[in-house]
Amino acid sequence: MAYSRSDAPDSGTIVPGGPVPPGSERRSRLLEPLRQEGAKGVMVAVVSTAVFFGLIGWLVLRSPNWPEVKQLFFNGQEFRDTFPSIAQKFLRNIQYFMIGEVFILAYALFLAVLRSLPGSVFFPLRLLSIMYTDLFRGIPTILVIYLLAFGVPSLDIPGAPTSPTFWAIVGLVLSYSAYVSEVYRAGIESVHPSQIAAARALGLSRWQSLRFVVIPQAVRRVAPPLLNDFVALQKDTALVAFVVVVPEAFKMAQIHQNADFNFTPLLAAALLFLLITVPLTRVVDWMIARERARRQGGGVV
Amino acid sequence: MSADGRALRIEDVHKSFGKLEVLRGIDLSVAEHEVICLIGASGSGKSTMLRCIDLLEPVDAGRIVVHGEDITARGVDVNRIRRRIGIVFQAFNLFPHMTVMRNITLGPTEALRMPKSEAEARATELLERFGLLDKKDDYPDRLSGGQQQRVAIVRALAMQPDIMLLDEVTSALDPELVAEVLNVIRELASGGMTMVIATHEMGFARDIAKRVCFLDAGIILEQGPPEQIFTEPQEDRTRRFLQSIIDAGRM
Amino acid sequence: MMRRVLIGVAAFGLLLAACAEENPVIAPTGTGTPPATAADCAAGVTTYVNPDTLTVGTDNPAFPPYFAGGETKENPDWEFNDPNTGKGFEAAVAYEVAARMGFTSDQVDWVVAPFNQTYKPGPKHYDFAIEQISYTEKRAQAVDFSESYYDVNQALVAVKGTPITKTSGIADLKDYTLAAQIGTTNYDFIANTIQPSEEPGVYNSTADAVAAINAGQVDGLVVDLPTALFLADPFVQEVKKGVVVGQFANLSGEHFGITFEKSNPLVGCVNLALQEMKADGTLESITQVWLSEKTNVGEVPVLS
Repeated sequence: MAYSRSDAPDSGTIVPGGPVPPGSERRSRLLEPLRQEGAKGVMVAVVSTAVFFGLIGWLVLRSPNWPEVKQLFFNGQEFRDTFPSIAQKFLRNIQYFMIGEVFILAYALFLAVLRSLPGSVFFPLRLLSIMYTDLFRGIPTILVIYLLAFGVPSLDIPGAPTSPTFWAIVGLVLSYSAYVSEVYRAGIESVHPSQIAAARALGLSRWQSLRFVVIPQAVRRVAPPLLNDFVALQKDTALVAFVVVVPEAFKMAQIHQNADFNFTPLLAAALLFLLITVPLTRVVDWMIARERARRQGGGVV
Repeated sequence: MSADGRALRIEDVHKSFGKLEVLRGIDLSVAEHEVICLIGASGSGKSTMLRCIDLLEPVDAGRIVVHGEDITARGVDVNRIRRRIGIVFQAFNLFPHMTVMRNITLGPTEALRMPKSEAEARATELLERFGLLDKKDDYPDRLSGGQQQRVAIVRALAMQPDIMLLDEVTSALDPELVAEVLNVIRELASGGMTMVIATHEMGFARDIAKRVCFLDAGIILEQGPPEQIFTEPQEDRTRRFLQSIIDAGRM
Repeated sequence: MMRRVLIGVAAFGLLLAACAEENPVIAPTGTGTPPATAADCAAGVTTYVNPDTLTVGTDNPAFPPYFAGGETKENPDWEFNDPNTGKGFEAAVAYEVAARMGFTSDQVDWVVAPFNQTYKPGPKHYDFAIEQISYTEKRAQAVDFSESYYDVNQALVAVKGTPITKTSGIADLKDYTLAAQIGTTNYDFIANTIQPSEEPGVYNSTADAVAAINAGQVDGLVVDLPTALFLADPFVQEVKKGVVVGQFANLSGEHFGITFEKSNPLVGCVNLALQEMKADGTLESITQVWLSEKTNVGEVPVLS
């Protein structure tokens, strides 16, 4: 039975279990009920939103220490004074997560492939990969960063970089690769064995099957969780603040915070992170919704 | 071509999955250009047998000889053997992230090291021959089941195999799509391709097969020319199987 | 589109609420005639954290020369030095201020007050904090400052024999890698006065800064002169083969102040005490003892 807009009942009820119009999964679950209910629904939504958030705002303002908190956390002057320098340092965070992500994607894939090598001759490699992931998923990322950034330079290895920033990023890469390799592994294992059979049946070697058939499909499947990890990485570039000498956004915010005895710079830094992570999270949501729609609606067999 | 003219020889092959013995001593000889149809109930071992021939499953005992070469011997280059034998599965198994053209040229370019232009030329020829040329840049999910299965056959043919194995290739298709696939197979047969075909389509088997083998409980219970098997089966179980097919209205 | 409208409404509601109130002006409370002495003043204060006790906060570890006397068994939590010994510049100042306000040394209690906790909102767990906090106008919005108890000169610490030790002056320092500790005006000094070509580094703690210069990652540290005296002390050598290259003239009037929770009436009493100490020379002699005589570095040239 065809579903069209004119059929939508005015009272705004959605028939449960009824046919789902194609592509509607793409529409926001948040707003769909509003669309159904029409103008009245919109009014109700606006009023209830204003009331709800207004109530929260009022409760916050009524709290006894609000003036002091406002002065120390939401200080407009301090924000204006410190935002430019923090924003400028944020470019470093962007640098760190761009560079880091490239290495993480490559290194994690390497770990995942290592883990999937079959046969007893490759057992040591599989074991190594498992031990690696256990180690770096088990130690808090900040610890890894500290240990590397302070420990390696003091070993005085000739030829090795001594910059704490370098080792901090290495720490991020090592840590995140452990998680991302598990994501890849899930993707690889989700590729149906019949695909591998088809590839091998053509006479492709195990490695060729992996390279042309399995990995491309695996990566496409786990693109949303990979992107999620990328968003997490963007935030965790702030962790390097603990060890680096040259400030990035979080450290710069701390510098201002300690210099001015004011916490507003931290909010400024938080805002900068949100400016990057929120759009990316929406992209991930959109990708997942598109994938769901395609799987449910597409294909003809 | 081997000296005794046998393209494929299966000698007393056994295969178990855990405790379950699926192939309990298969013996079969296939001559060059011969078309063999395997019939039998589900679970009789038809799929397993085909997968063993293509070395997708290791055999537990016995041997398989292709053009005089024992392919089940130790140290055999499995990939090389698989390039000479084409197999098409019930579930098509096309690579969903590649276009039809790429699906077909992947094997030749990577496994046979054929230059891309040559591989694409051959692929174009095959697609044209089987009426699929206009689909060459489409992704598999845009094709009907029948079209996908025909592409799967073309993909196997692109490797220029000596032997083609077809495992119930029409069983997953809607009835109106079956005919187009059967026509492709007919054409291959008339072109002289050596084939072993597992199928439920009895009418088709009767038309196309030089010899029909009835598999039952892991062995080839009876084999012979189609007229013999279908009209005067020797074994009781063969008769019962054929009767059940007739009752189901499939013959 | 609709979603944006709703988000806008929500955000607007919050923003309206947040911006609605200006910074309230805290009206001073008058109490008639001002008290004559620090002791009288202190006696009139009723808001001590612990009754009959002066609770003083400082950071842990308690570095020399601000504190001395070493670690003690009675108060093992204090690292480097135990403020309770009364030894060291800031300990001496604190006990003298306490005495002027009528507290015996037994009535003085020391608590750990990490630097970045001295300005967080809410009630403090000490009556005042003394830990090398420089006065700035912005900082005074968050806490109350006493008068100066020390005018700070900044100084440069480096490793003996390295090129920076031969520097000719501030202009020359541009080309070196410099660092300071977070939360200090030292960072601002580097950034604004020296203006090096390479971005200055910042460390979270003195220990990290020292580790960095020992590892050769930075050429020089800018610290307060007393801290420099400690780091480069030939008998301590926190910085291996450390030397104080020079000090910078105090052109900005930078000074240390004791900090209090905002509107703490004790500020006035402490100021009275400090004024007394300055008037009769006590503060001067404390400074002499702990920041000149008891250091092993000797004269420090002025860089300009």
